[in-house]
Amino acid sequence: MRKLSLKVLLSLFCTSLVASSAMAATQLQGAGATFPAPLYQRWIAEFGKLNPDIQINYQGIGSGAGIKQFTQGLVSFGASDAAMTDEEIGKVKQGVVLVPATAGSIVLAYNLPGVESLRLSREAYVGIFLGKVAKWSDPIIAKANPGVKLPDLPITVCTRSDGSGTNFVFTQHLSAVSPEFKDKVGKGTTVTWPTGVAGKGNDGVTALIKQAPGAIGYVEYGYAVNNKLTFAELENKAGQFVKATPESGAATLSTTQFAPGLLRGWPEDPDGKDNYPIATFTWLLLYKTGNDKTKLDALKKFVTYGLADGQKFANDLGYIPLPAEVVTKAKDALNTIQ
Amino acid sequence: MTTASATVEKPGSLRRRGFRLDFFRVLTWLASLATVVTLLWIVASILEAAFPAIQKTGLTFFTNSVWDSNREKFGALPFLIGTALSSLIALCLALPLGVAIAIFLSENFLAAPIRHTIRFVVELLAAIPSVVYGLWGIAVVIPLVQKWGNLLAQALGFIPLFTGPVFGNSMLTASLVLALMVLPTITAISRTALVAVPKTLREGSYAVGATRWETIFGVLLPTAAPGIVAATILAFGRAMGETMAVAMLIGNSPRLTWSLLSPAGTLAGLLANQFPEASGIQVSALMYAALALVLLTLLVNMIGEAVLRRAQKSIKGIQ
Repeated sequence: MRKLSLKVLLSLFCTSLVASSAMAATQLQGAGATFPAPLYQRWIAEFGKLNPDIQINYQGIGSGAGIKQFTQGLVSFGASDAAMTDEEIGKVKQGVVLVPATAGSIVLAYNLPGVESLRLSREAYVGIFLGKVAKWSDPIIAKANPGVKLPDLPITVCTRSDGSGTNFVFTQHLSAVSPEFKDKVGKGTTVTWPTGVAGKGNDGVTALIKQAPGAIGYVEYGYAVNNKLTFAELENKAGQFVKATPESGAATLSTTQFAPGLLRGWPEDPDGKDNYPIATFTWLLLYKTGNDKTKLDALKKFVTYGLADGQKFANDLGYIPLPAEVVTKAKDALNTIQ
Repeated sequence: MTTASATVEKPGSLRRRGFRLDFFRVLTWLASLATVVTLLWIVASILEAAFPAIQKTGLTFFTNSVWDSNREKFGALPFLIGTALSSLIALCLALPLGVAIAIFLSENFLAAPIRHTIRFVVELLAAIPSVVYGLWGIAVVIPLVQKWGNLLAQALGFIPLFTGPVFGNSMLTASLVLALMVLPTITAISRTALVAVPKTLREGSYAVGATRWETIFGVLLPTAAPGIVAATILAFGRAMGETMAVAMLIGNSPRLTWSLLSPAGTLAGLLANQFPEASGIQVSALMYAALALVLLTLLVNMIGEAVLRRAQKSIKGIQ
């Protein structure tokens, strides 16, 4: 009996040794924005096939929460649509490197049965979100849409109830094009909209738009495409009505001015004929110093993969591939990490 | 020969027969204290986190109706009213229905197996997760409210309560679903209160020639009334704290409106929506809102408990 139990113990010990050696794979934990989450998950899946000894876990908990966890050192990397403010960067003792990972446009999706294409002038879409334009039959909207039969439905404005990078970018653009909007609502990750219903997350707003005939709301381009929402052509600074496509978004991104020494900037109101007016990068947040060697190698490998092969998946999932010069700058920034 | 100890044991004392410290009693005392301390700890932590906002806004937090975290203006009045109103409407809808079901289940209109089945099904309603109610509300209640709401707004639009434009995600939708969620609470406790009415009262009533309905409305309901009131208050407490389903249905609007067909907001929904991304003074303001909600719910539950205990005492006297 005693010999048997000794054998059992020995075999258990050996199995645990084998098991623990299998668990010696490098583990990276990331958290942050929900907007790029589908793309990051795709990167993780594909990268995992090529590098089975590196296990990466990403949670889309929101840009703000991602920044908080990154600041507290609870994750290996963060992700944020709103990058990080100088104040937030100052709180991270190890220093921060911002790496643009991908980009996307924000579209105004609407639910008007029978209206397949819609053009919204600046006056129109700012007025809608300020609550000044209350019905679809308003002449301000009709002016840009000759020949389109607009129903006499009230406009249900669908906004975000939670704080988010999408909110930040959209309100930033509206504040840049309309002093009245800047005064009344302002820009921020959480704002108080003067009208409409609010839903949680891009999916919440998508659901609201789908439920109500006469609804209009702002969502990420990927969400609109995947959920087969119709979205409007917007008037850009040059007065042209542009539809959101990867090309028009990329044109906007290439006009972005980055702050000196930091890869952070937003094209708030881009010039250019073919630019779609609302597009933004989304960033990966990495610690500049004090990284564990094995984890750092794994992280660098992953981010390099994302910046190179990973950009292939961007189009399918509704994101805009990074312009070449941005990829170069991002790789340079990555190399500064110790 | 040993004489028995003459010390009388005080109730709740930690010592058995005034003698040794009883380990079991100490353990149970610690367990009870742990629950009280945890509650106080929660309230204290929230109070501490809310302190900056309390200093900044004071009592105007409850009277201001503008919530603009960007501009650091925090007025929770729309959310307080939204919470109270949605719970009240839910209660008005659920109370008659719940008491009716309770009466039905406590009388013998139907055979016992059927009554047991109905009772079981009503209690199953309580077991459905809140988020599932939200999803069901989105799929079923919102289209209904949009359709009937349009008719209502056209017919009764002159009353401020029913003015358009009609939104699917509105106070009315949330209240309807909340009513369904608190129904099991009201039914179960009311049924218990009705069944607890002593048989002597029931038989006495029939003996003096009252009909069944006269007995129900004249004798049973008044006797069970404190229990039913307690059920109502507890259901009210539950409705006020309901987060997920309401956030999915009510439209999350920070604006004060009269109309039931417009979107509104609740305190719980405000916290669920804004807390993850909040920073700085906004966190503190949200904690202040959380404090308000906790104290409100605690108050309502304490009143409910007190009424229930009084009801049980008053019934005990009748034999």
